Amino acid sequence: MASVVGTFTIDPRARRAEAKRRTKGEGPTAWAFVSPSVLIILGLSIVPVLWSLLLSFQSNDLVSPSQWVGFANYKALSADPAFKSAVGHTLVYTALYVPLSVVGGLGIALMLDRQIRFISIYRTLVFVPFVVSAAAQGVLFSFVLDPEFGAANSLLHKLGLPAQGFFSDPGQALYLLVAISLWSGTGFCVIVYLAALQGVPGELVEAARIDGAGRSGVLRHVVLPTLTPVSVFLVLFQTINALQVFDLVFVTTKGGPLGSTTVIVYFIWEKAFKTFTAGYSAAAAYALAVALLLAGLALQLYQRRRTGKAAR
Amino acid sequence: MKRLPFSPWHLVLAPLALLFALPLIWLLVSSVMRNAEINRFPPALIPSGINLGGYRFVLGNALFPRWFLNSFIVSAVAVTANLVFGSLGGYAFARMRFAGSKLLLGLMLATMVIPFQLTMIPTFLVMKDLGLIDTLGALIVPSLVTPFSVFLFRQFFVTLPRELEEAAWIDGCGRLRILVSVVLPLARPALSTVAVLTFLSTWNDLTWPLIAINHDSNYTLQLGLTTFQGQHHTQWAAVMAGNVITVLPVLLGFLLAQKAFIRSLASTGLKG
Repeated sequence: MASVVGTFTIDPRARRAEAKRRTKGEGPTAWAFVSPSVLIILGLSIVPVLWSLLLSFQSNDLVSPSQWVGFANYKALSADPAFKSAVGHTLVYTALYVPLSVVGGLGIALMLDRQIRFISIYRTLVFVPFVVSAAAQGVLFSFVLDPEFGAANSLLHKLGLPAQGFFSDPGQALYLLVAISLWSGTGFCVIVYLAALQGVPGELVEAARIDGAGRSGVLRHVVLPTLTPVSVFLVLFQTINALQVFDLVFVTTKGGPLGSTTVIVYFIWEKAFKTFTAGYSAAAAYALAVALLLAGLALQLYQRRRTGKAAR
Repeated sequence: MKRLPFSPWHLVLAPLALLFALPLIWLLVSSVMRNAEINRFPPALIPSGINLGGYRFVLGNALFPRWFLNSFIVSAVAVTANLVFGSLGGYAFARMRFAGSKLLLGLMLATMVIPFQLTMIPTFLVMKDLGLIDTLGALIVPSLVTPFSVFLFRQFFVTLPRELEEAAWIDGCGRLRILVSVVLPLARPALSTVAVLTFLSTWNDLTWPLIAINHDSNYTLQLGLTTFQGQHHTQWAAVMAGNVITVLPVLLGFLLAQKAFIRSLASTGLKG
């Protein structure tokens, strides 16, 4: 049949039948296409996830054979003051970083959403810190905030203000980490909001204007509701990032001074690769994973309820 | 009140943008300072001239160029592999019918929510069993393809009209041929998105190299930089020069391909 099909007279039905005939028996080709990704992705995620669960019920030092200890790791974890304070530091960091970066990002995006000269330069400058790695950020700010040689204290000195301890001060270190993360992470929220602002329907804004809405009225009743899905995404994305903060801590404070910046992931890394208690570390990782899962689920439920309300 | 000759928004936006730029400006400035200028108290805020001693020190160091090469190899392989395996997998999931495809795609998507900390210890053990710990292989294998690349390609291919492929299909082209000569030339946005995001995450990664690499000749730039800082504590100019060299490829890439870069990052946000 295929031989009869000329260039000019392809009957769509024949074409579809031909396509269907050819898709039969495509299994081996399809498997050849997907197998590298399937092997690597599933092999390095599903297997380790289950392995981690097993590890969390074992005592393991990454070298000698492990021993089954049941729930002992979890029990010890719930009583470990170091873990408790790591959870606390992570929560403080998240509670400050997420709202400030999302709300700040929205504010800056609204300011940058206008056609004036140099606007693209402003946008670039606000965003550029985002592409700088956490390691490079950490090294840079360790230098800027060095109590002896840093530019920050040099500036304070010029202004006649007292010198600060910065990362060597247990009362300041965690907040400095939040500030550095805001410097680099807010730009991402700005870019995502700027893209979303392009999608605010112009007719709606105009209609609201005609109905007598002022600038703040348009913002409240038209712009912000259209941005809601993006805001929800950003809160989720930033929360997941904040709960997993590690690189910046590792480079700047190594969890110190006096454990004041030991966050959960730093705790997990320390237990596995410094004190070689891998089973205990796996239990902490599972606790974090469950927290992340709950955060994700809660947000999704909230979103579903909201859209449900909107539909009614 | 007299009207300003420019938009009043500049009065807010210029200082704000400067605030974000300042640490990076300081990075550049301090990398060309003399150590004497940095080490006096209070340190100088403006260098007396451009001094390339820090750069000379870093590039003359036996290990630093090696770290750069290691980072480059790992990132280049990761980008290439993600483009190849991601587009192959994405195409199969978008266009081909095979038993279990829905289940597999679902599983792949589910793995995106697994935090890295949960898999890092067993991944370390797997790499150890494969004999890859402390080699670049340990960095390369886990980054060969991510579920995100496969998913992004699939989403893009699904939106392409089937008619485009049909002519080649009827002419007897195989799937691979269609993918390479018909579909991929149309998929530039997807290709650049995957390339940008893969490069950014592999070049900037610190956690996994920290776990998988022991010997300093196998370090990546990010890992080297963190130890460099301790070793040359008084040589801040050299440390900052090394930092500039670490940041530069990403920064240059960003400035050259700003549109593709921003589009790819924004699209991850909007489709999430």
